[in-house]
Order: sequence, then structure tokens, then C-alpha cells
Amino acid sequence: MRDVAIASFAQTKYVRNQVELTEVDMIIPVIGDAISRSGIPKSEIGFYCHGSSDYMAGQSFAFVGAVDALGAFPPIAESHVEMDGAWALYEAWVKIQCGEVDSALVFGFGRASMGKLRETMNLQLDPYTLGPLGIDSISLAALQARALIDAGKTSERQMAEIAIRNRRVAKDNPNAQVTGDFEVEKLLAEPTIVSPLRKHDCPPISDGISAVVLAAGNHIGRGESKPVFIRGIDHRLDSHQLGGRDLTRSPSTKLAGERAGVHDGPVEFAELHAPFSHQEVILREALGLGDEVVINPSGGALAANPMMTAGLTRIGEAATHIAAGKAGRGVAHATSGPCLQQNLICVLEGE
Amino acid sequence: MSDKEPVKSIITPTRTEYTYTPGPSAQRSLRALARGKLVGEICPSCNQVYYPPSGACARCGVATRDEVEVADKGTVTTYAIVRVPSENIDLELPYCTAHILLDGADIPFFGLIQECEWDAVRIGMRVEAVWKPESEWGLNAENIRYFRPTGEPDVPFEQFKEHL
Ligand SMILES: [Zn+2]
Repeated sequence: MRDVAIASFAQTKYVRNQVELTEVDMIIPVIGDAISRSGIPKSEIGFYCHGSSDYMAGQSFAFVGAVDALGAFPPIAESHVEMDGAWALYEAWVKIQCGEVDSALVFGFGRASMGKLRETMNLQLDPYTLGPLGIDSISLAALQARALIDAGKTSERQMAEIAIRNRRVAKDNPNAQVTGDFEVEKLLAEPTIVSPLRKHDCPPISDGISAVVLAAGNHIGRGESKPVFIRGIDHRLDSHQLGGRDLTRSPSTKLAGERAGVHDGPVEFAELHAPFSHQEVILREALGLGDEVVINPSGGALAANPMMTAGLTRIGEAATHIAAGKAGRGVAHATSGPCLQQNLICVLEGE
Repeated sequence: MSDKEPVKSIITPTRTEYTYTPGPSAQRSLRALARGKLVGEICPSCNQVYYPPSGACARCGVATRDEVEVADKGTVTTYAIVRVPSENIDLELPYCTAHILLDGADIPFFGLIQECEWDAVRIGMRVEAVWKPESEWGLNAENIRYFRPTGEPDVPFEQFKEHL
């Protein structure tokens, strides 16, 4: 395995509704920032890969528009995943492991506010038996939360406490969207949106962009901040048929965690892409993270959940945490699909 | 129907609605168009002028913000005579679509050509915009009804071969 480091991370501030700028307007400064802080001249970036979904913009081939931000002349090597940017990072990592390139710019973007996200997310379901039911993303998460409560693995109170903790620590994250101090009794007095989920259990709808530069070989160590190494990375998926899964568990996260070597060293903290409060409980169990592990120093997806890049943001935030000397080793997680269907685990370590 | 008959299709009705905002460059350009002006943007890095502007130079990957007015006349860089009907296009067949390099712009702009025999349309031909009456101008590209020949001499291919 080649050493691959996260050389830099950049992101927008996440907002509910970015109507002023196009995606390209948003991407140009963020990738410019990521490249300049990586210390790698733009002309030496070997590969570009991004994650997005045309369903966010409601336009076919909307993802191609993002290439306008890259300066693709003379021609560049470029690819796209119709997934969270974390999977774009995985593709770039594979390309570096194959020895084809020594650096890559990875980014993800989404302006989910253009559509109605609960309904847009219905379109990812199988179009034969599940999609036609018209079930929306919050209702699916609520089925999972109810199953988890019935299994005795969490409670509405614990879910509220998870939301409170994430949004409290997010006060220190200048890019977070929903932050502040909340009281558990007041939250539990609020009505449910889809029982048992209340507003605080659900992620905000966030528009935004994040970008990571990966470095290998001689490019490692050229950046402004200390390189943070990817020690293991793996992604696995569970059935897209929700009836065919035990929604209270995440076997794909567990397997990805084992393959990525989560417990080959001490886990000091984890950035978990858990858009709904109860999903943090499922992920902690799947990854075997005890109470000593700090969860989501950034505030996680409950503080900002930019569709198609919230997972990449977890990796970037984890790398930033380590590069700043706040921890030596940690885990970043990204999810995609309904009810934690597909999961990526990335183990990060400082020098 | 026998139950051995394969199910060949199902219908899954679905509808999604979007609210699209085109960003600052397109908005400025559309507002100018509503005043009868074609306002593009110039790349600060390579000096290419883009009309319509997207806010970025795809060549350089940098933001474009400085406005440049381009002419409502230009040169045909390529064209097609369309003889097949298409859904949502309410034009009498045949019709001529063309890429027109507006004077002052560096990329061609899409337009229709009329007031001309189809076999007379040619690459290098000079054309000018025919606008709707001013009272009908709005925030859209249909303010220009079509382009027609100016009668000026053709432009040699060599002069626009970098702007196709
Ligand atoms: Zn340029």
C-alpha cells in the first residue's frame, strides 16, 4: 500500500438556501482554497473526482457543469460519482494506489434546497415496489428509529441528548448551520414530525461544498498543515430492500470498519455521518466505539448535512482535527442510501 | 393473460419540483437582455469573452465578473437545417439553427436563421439579430426572434477557427 495523505481540506459555510450563487460559483473558491493550501501547484494535480447528484439540481448532466470550475484546458483526468464526495475520495485513493497519479482533488457539492429533499430522496428507492409507495426520507428514518427504540437500544431522550451534544459542539464550527444550547425537556415537549422523530432528530437541509486534496509520494508534506494519512479505507453496502434488513444494525458499517482496520490502533475520536440522531447509536455499535471515543468534534451531520458531500466533510473535519494536533488517530464515516444502506469507513492518523 | 407472460413494464408516477436560480452572472445578463443589450463576461486570466456568461471560464477554472457588451451581429461558425419535428419545439419545418460568433465574443451563441434560402446558409456568413418589438422584451433569450443575413462579405474560416 502506498502512503496517501490528506493534504488539505476546504469547505463553504453551510446554509439553508443558497440562491445567490450557482454550484460553479460556489465550487471555484473552495477548490482554489483546497489546492493552494495543499502546496501542490494546480498544474501538478493528477486527477479530479467529484460526487454529486443530478436529482439535487433537477437537471440531467448537471454534474458536467462542475467541470467548468476546474479549468479543464489543457485536458485533465476527471471522473464523477453519483454519490457522496467520500466515494469520490475512494476512487481517487484507488487511482493513487494503482500508481497512476500522485495527487488528486476531490470534492462534493449539492444545493438540495432547489427541490423538496424529502421527496427527492424517494427517487433513490427501487422503482418497482418501494418508490411507488411515495415514502419520504424522514418516514424511512422514523421506521428505523422506532425499530431501534423497540429493540431497547435507544430512547427518545437519548436521541435528544445526541442532538444536543452535536449542536453544542458545533458552536465551535464556523461552517455549521444549526448550533446552540438546547434543553432535553424542552426538546421532548416538541411535537414529532414523523413519530418518533422530532425536528431535532433530523438533519438540516444544507447547501454547500467541500473539497479535499490527496497527496502521495513527493507531494506529501508540501501543504500548510501537517499531512494526515489514510491508514485504511473500505466501503460496503446492505440490501436496498429495507424489508430485507434488520434496520437496528449496520452490518456494512461493521464490515467496512473491520476491513479498514478501525481497531488496529486506539480510536480517539470519530466523525460519524449520522444524519438522524438515532443513527449515531447504530454506527457506534457497528464500529465498537466505547464511551471513551469522542464523537463528532465538528458537530456532525445534525449541525449541517450538505447532500452529496456531508460524508466527505466528515473525512475533511477528521483530518483537520488531527492536523491541528487535537488527536493522533481517528475514524471518519460516510453514508449513502436510505437508513444507512451504504457505508464508508476511513481511518486517519497523524505523522 | 397467462401468468407465464413476462411483465414488460410498470408505471410509477413521480413528480419533483425545483426552484432554480441562475446565479449572479446569468441574472445580470438576463436583465441586460431585457433592456436589449447582450452583456457577456471576460475571463481575467485568458481574456476570453463569454456570451452568455456562466460566471466561470471553463478554460481557466476562474470566476468571470467584469462585464463586456457584445454586438447583436456576428458570423455563422456552423449550422444545421432541421427537417424532423421535435417535441416542445413549435417551429415550422424546415428551420435553420446556427452557432453564431457574436462580434466581441469568443464563443459562439445559439440562434435561428431566417429571411434566407436554406441552401444559401453557409459557414462564415455574416448575420444580425432581429429583435421582437421593445414592448415585448422580457427576461429571456426569445427577445431575439432570429438572425438574418447582413449582406456583408463572408469572414474567412481562418479568422474564427479558434472560436468554434
Ligand atoms: Zn480564461
